[in-house]
Amino acid sequence: MDIHEYQAKQLLERFGVPVPRGGPAYNPDQAVYVASGLGGAHWAIKAQIHSGGRGKAGGVRLCRSYHEVAETAAAMLGSRLMTAQTGPEGRVVRRLYVEMAEPIERELYLVFVLDRRIERIRVIASAMGGMEIEQIALSNPSSIRVVDVEPAVGLLPFQAREIAFALGLDSRHVNQATAAILGCYRAFRDLDATMVEVNPLVVTKDQRILALDAKMSFDDNALFRQRDVVEMRDPAEEDPREAQAAEHGFNYVGLDGDIGCIINGAGLAMATMDTIKYAGGQPANFLDVGGGASPERIAHAFELVLSDRNVRVLLVNIFAGINRCDWVAQGIVQAAKDLQVPLVVRLAGTNVEAGRQILESSGLPLIMADTLQEAADKAVCAVQRPRAAA
Amino acid sequence: MGILIDERTRVIVQGFTGEKATFHAREMMAYGTNVVGGVTPGKGGTRHLGRPVFDTVKEAVTITEAQASLVFVPPAFAADALMEAADAGLRLVCIITDGIPAQDMMRVKRYLRRYPRDKRTTLVGPNCAGIITAGRAMLGIMPGHIYVRGRVGIVSRSGTLGYEAAAQMKALGIGVSTSVGIGGDPINGSSFLDHLARFEEDDETDAVVMIGEIGGPQEAEAAAWVRGNMRKPVIGYVAGLTAPKGRRMGHAGAIISAAGDSAAEKTEIMRSHGLHVAPSAAALGETVAKALARVH
Repeated sequence: MDIHEYQAKQLLERFGVPVPRGGPAYNPDQAVYVASGLGGAHWAIKAQIHSGGRGKAGGVRLCRSYHEVAETAAAMLGSRLMTAQTGPEGRVVRRLYVEMAEPIERELYLVFVLDRRIERIRVIASAMGGMEIEQIALSNPSSIRVVDVEPAVGLLPFQAREIAFALGLDSRHVNQATAAILGCYRAFRDLDATMVEVNPLVVTKDQRILALDAKMSFDDNALFRQRDVVEMRDPAEEDPREAQAAEHGFNYVGLDGDIGCIINGAGLAMATMDTIKYAGGQPANFLDVGGGASPERIAHAFELVLSDRNVRVLLVNIFAGINRCDWVAQGIVQAAKDLQVPLVVRLAGTNVEAGRQILESSGLPLIMADTLQEAADKAVCAVQRPRAAA
Repeated sequence: MGILIDERTRVIVQGFTGEKATFHAREMMAYGTNVVGGVTPGKGGTRHLGRPVFDTVKEAVTITEAQASLVFVPPAFAADALMEAADAGLRLVCIITDGIPAQDMMRVKRYLRRYPRDKRTTLVGPNCAGIITAGRAMLGIMPGHIYVRGRVGIVSRSGTLGYEAAAQMKALGIGVSTSVGIGGDPINGSSFLDHLARFEEDDETDAVVMIGEIGGPQEAEAAAWVRGNMRKPVIGYVAGLTAPKGRRMGHAGAIISAAGDSAAEKTEIMRSHGLHVAPSAAALGETVAKALARVH
């Protein structure tokens, strides 16, 4: 799960990470109100969308008067921001963050990730802030400092100091930087993050350390114990079909193709999509219906996949283990009653003959397949020649 | 003797009296697994499915001399159940549970290292289908009837794709020695490499099928190990060719977020290390047949 920059800053602040003063705004009047509350004479108006690279795309603008704040807010809200991460469709900006603009002396880079190879939380820091880590790795790899956290004791203060000194910070800043680094680690640990990125971590002209930008992602598996994080969910940043899928306990990812997929098991789902591709077709989605393919779940799965208007053929591939194919078949027959597109069904596993019987005697124009290859081939054929396939 | 279990292995079920555990314990017993009891804190002293229930794993092990456990505990309590199992000295623990926080698994793995290597628990999962030694014993939730006994091992992240492989092989008359599901999570109890090493030493296995997917370094790590250490043929497949970057494809660990994470990269790495790469998921069975033909 992702959150906005301003939310990440709110969370990090609770763990002692210094952040610039600021507040969210949903309309120009609010933006001015926040700026006036902050005082000072310079404010950064920042578009809040779940994407990095907002600054480069014009999503961060500096203002020197309330008038400018109002105008900038009005221009940004409701506009579509296209960053390297959002792709050409971009995202509509619905929230802004109004922040005190501070004169900056140095920009540093700091990220915490859960590294799968070493199975540890890893801290990566660089004296070259403001750039992407991949760029830093290419242009200046020697500037990168890596520290791994021992799970039995956590990130130790000496490790945070090591990073601070390696970043070229001196006695004026080391204590602040250490506190910031430890604070980010504790937030990562206590909030079940999968990533905490502060880019840049800055030294201001008046020698304060601040997290000028912050990005946090969280482990979906841990949300059951992170209520504060869950409250920060922004449905406007999520694909509505994926949210709908999650409600039914499915995993759904929308893609660009026209062969809708309903499969049990993530690996089999990906493999089915691969087989479709090799057969010359394009999957419209990934959908793992998981265990328990009851008639209700199947009906919901059909509804979900068909809500994508690009879908011209539906492919169901269920390898029944605990579920019985005859039960699954019943669900398919119910869900397919008013279906307007060709349906290819491949069932395998427990009670497959009984399942096939039910499908064949349903009277529905189903296209049966015995193997994974057959299912993919028939689905691709049905797209290319819809009437011939049935 | 299977690489991990056989019909003599004394098995307990953690979370024994729950609905899912009860269903699968029955299936396992019908398959021939030696289920000797189970654990549900608070229900100790009762009986379930004709076996004793215990309050703690330690007690269960003391009374039944259990060697392995199958864990059906919900995500919020799973890490604790695993550490309890390790502390009780179980040699093998397999956890089916889907949804365990990654940092919990990080801490469980660290906890296992508390014990010296020769006493350390072998952990399989989480978010997996389990382990089956065809025709002899099952420690998991797979449909037993799709496996015919034979000499090809399977190690897979995906449950149903593992079943697909076994079914394709069965259709060609090729049987399975042991199938191990290592699960779909980013931090797992044991990796491809861990089980490939076991298969290499197993005199009942002639070849191994390795079924990977996008995300994580374990396929590449295993392929490199195979190159230097394995004489038996390894058939490989990596699911997720069509997966877009940065999106989690069902499994918590199935996400392309770093270099080397994609299916195309992993497939190429497997090929370059001498694995027999299946040209598609539909060709798993025939790729195994071809690899076996080359051996004999």
